[in-house]
Amino acid sequence: MSHASDLYQELILDHGRKPRNFRALEGATARADGHNPLCGDKVTVYVRVEGGRVADVTFTGAGCAISQASTSLMTEALRGKTLEEVEALFGRFHALLTGTPADEEETEALGKLAAFAGVAEFPMRVKCATLAWHTLRAALASGAAPAAPVTTE
Amino acid sequence: MNRASRTPAGGPAPAAAAAPAPRPFDPRRVRAEFPILARAVRGKPLVYLDNAATTQKPVAVLEALDGFYRAHNANIHRAVHTLSQEATLAFDAARETVRRFLNAADAREVIFTRGTTEGINLVAQAWGRANLRAGDEVLLTTMEHHSNIVPWQLVAAERGAVVRVVPIDDAGTLDLDAFHRLLGPRTRLVAVGHVSNALGTVNPVADLARAAHAAGALVLVDGAQAVAHARVDVRALDADFYAFSGHKVFGPTGIGALYGKRALLEAMPPWQGGGDMIRTVSFAGSTWADLPSKFEAGTPDVAGAVGLGAALAWFSALPFDAVAAHEADLLAHGTEVLSRVPGLRLVGTSPHKASVLSFTLDGVHPHDIGTLLDLEGVAVRTGHHCAQPVMERYGVPATARASLALYNLRDDLDALVAALAKVRALFPL
Repeated sequence: MSHASDLYQELILDHGRKPRNFRALEGATARADGHNPLCGDKVTVYVRVEGGRVADVTFTGAGCAISQASTSLMTEALRGKTLEEVEALFGRFHALLTGTPADEEETEALGKLAAFAGVAEFPMRVKCATLAWHTLRAALASGAAPAAPVTTE
Repeated sequence: MNRASRTPAGGPAPAAAAAPAPRPFDPRRVRAEFPILARAVRGKPLVYLDNAATTQKPVAVLEALDGFYRAHNANIHRAVHTLSQEATLAFDAARETVRRFLNAADAREVIFTRGTTEGINLVAQAWGRANLRAGDEVLLTTMEHHSNIVPWQLVAAERGAVVRVVPIDDAGTLDLDAFHRLLGPRTRLVAVGHVSNALGTVNPVADLARAAHAAGALVLVDGAQAVAHARVDVRALDADFYAFSGHKVFGPTGIGALYGKRALLEAMPPWQGGGDMIRTVSFAGSTWADLPSKFEAGTPDVAGAVGLGAALAWFSALPFDAVAAHEADLLAHGTEVLSRVPGLRLVGTSPHKASVLSFTLDGVHPHDIGTLLDLEGVAVRTGHHCAQPVMERYGVPATARASLALYNLRDDLDALVAALAKVRALFPL
């Protein structure tokens, strides 16, 4: 693959331009800040967990198209998921980004997140796509306590 | 062609006598001496525009490294066998080449280091710890690379000294009025970049040194970005210390040099202990070797020094004025064609500038620019360029930076602009 449109698929460009769920979340049960010092990307992820499921998840911040789109699509993908399902999805997503998806079924289970498959050819950009996920996981792990900021370095 | 590249790696340095007659400078022919520039990246011809990060290496340097390891490799000093003598001679010849390159008075004023960063840390630790007192001031500038900021913060914190910062204007030019205001009786050292890596600004180092000396302060010059573009004469600049890296001037990574005035170096304590830097060692106490060994503990990068010597000999044999004119033409052409790209903003537009075109593009993050240019075979740097205070000054998290070397052509800049048009197509304004 060496075409820009393979990496920057229309779905990614669209979410990069118009990120969904881009707002602070009132009534969040947890939040965390993430930072990639190499490029200055910053994200704050807000999450409301109810009955062991992600009831709502939103974000604010600024970054490259890959990180903005990844965060936006993550918020769409996680609504209603149990915390175990969140972890499983992250595992599949990470495998996709690092070029080691288990099989086609695994990739299929990612839904729209499969659009990030092209990142695997750009190892330097994996952190752009995973910053939001690491930040979300830090928020979930912290529970009600304020999470320590996440940094990719 | 009296080419240094034809000198056997282990042989003595070319006689310092008559400078070779300047030969015509043909950037296309020089470019052909760099094998890596012929390779493809992602199916496209490589357009290498990341020279401020590191320069590529000519065959002369590759052969010197290879030749040293194939024919002369041994540890230097002490041993009496032939290889060790050859390696020692080659190492000493490289030091002499660096001396000539910097126009230092004495080869003992040239300390081999791992690079600019180590050179600055050496001065901060050896000179700074011995000389900085509580309330003393070290004067830096906003445009310094982190390697000319953090070593001073470390020693200042230890000694109770204060780091003060000379601001820059919107073009990226040093605010000289502020410099003269900030330079005072407490200033012990001015540490300044010769050329800014993030902005390309060339600082008036000789003027700064004159003022600093009049105020009783020393001057350290970070020459990392200058050596491949400017004629460096440490005596004309009257720099007290001048640090640079070999890899930014067509030499290998892992080797660089620190120039220091002899009296200063002699008065400084060593900063690392080990072999080669001692005169005598006993458990009652040790005594130090003379310059330059006092600051070169442990086995040095002998092959690296030989490679650096080859790089400087190769570079010095080029007609400098013609090289400078070519680079000025590239910078002017690059500035012109980039300025026509919709939504592009150049960061760093000082009238005194060298070889760096830092920019932002409205609506596109620098990392996306970097990846999309890479898909076109165009290598630029994106990020904060280890100059976060500069990014803060301009209110941007990062920039994209094209930086030039003597082997670049106008075609490279045209390829950059063509690739930026593709970026714009994907990210319309």
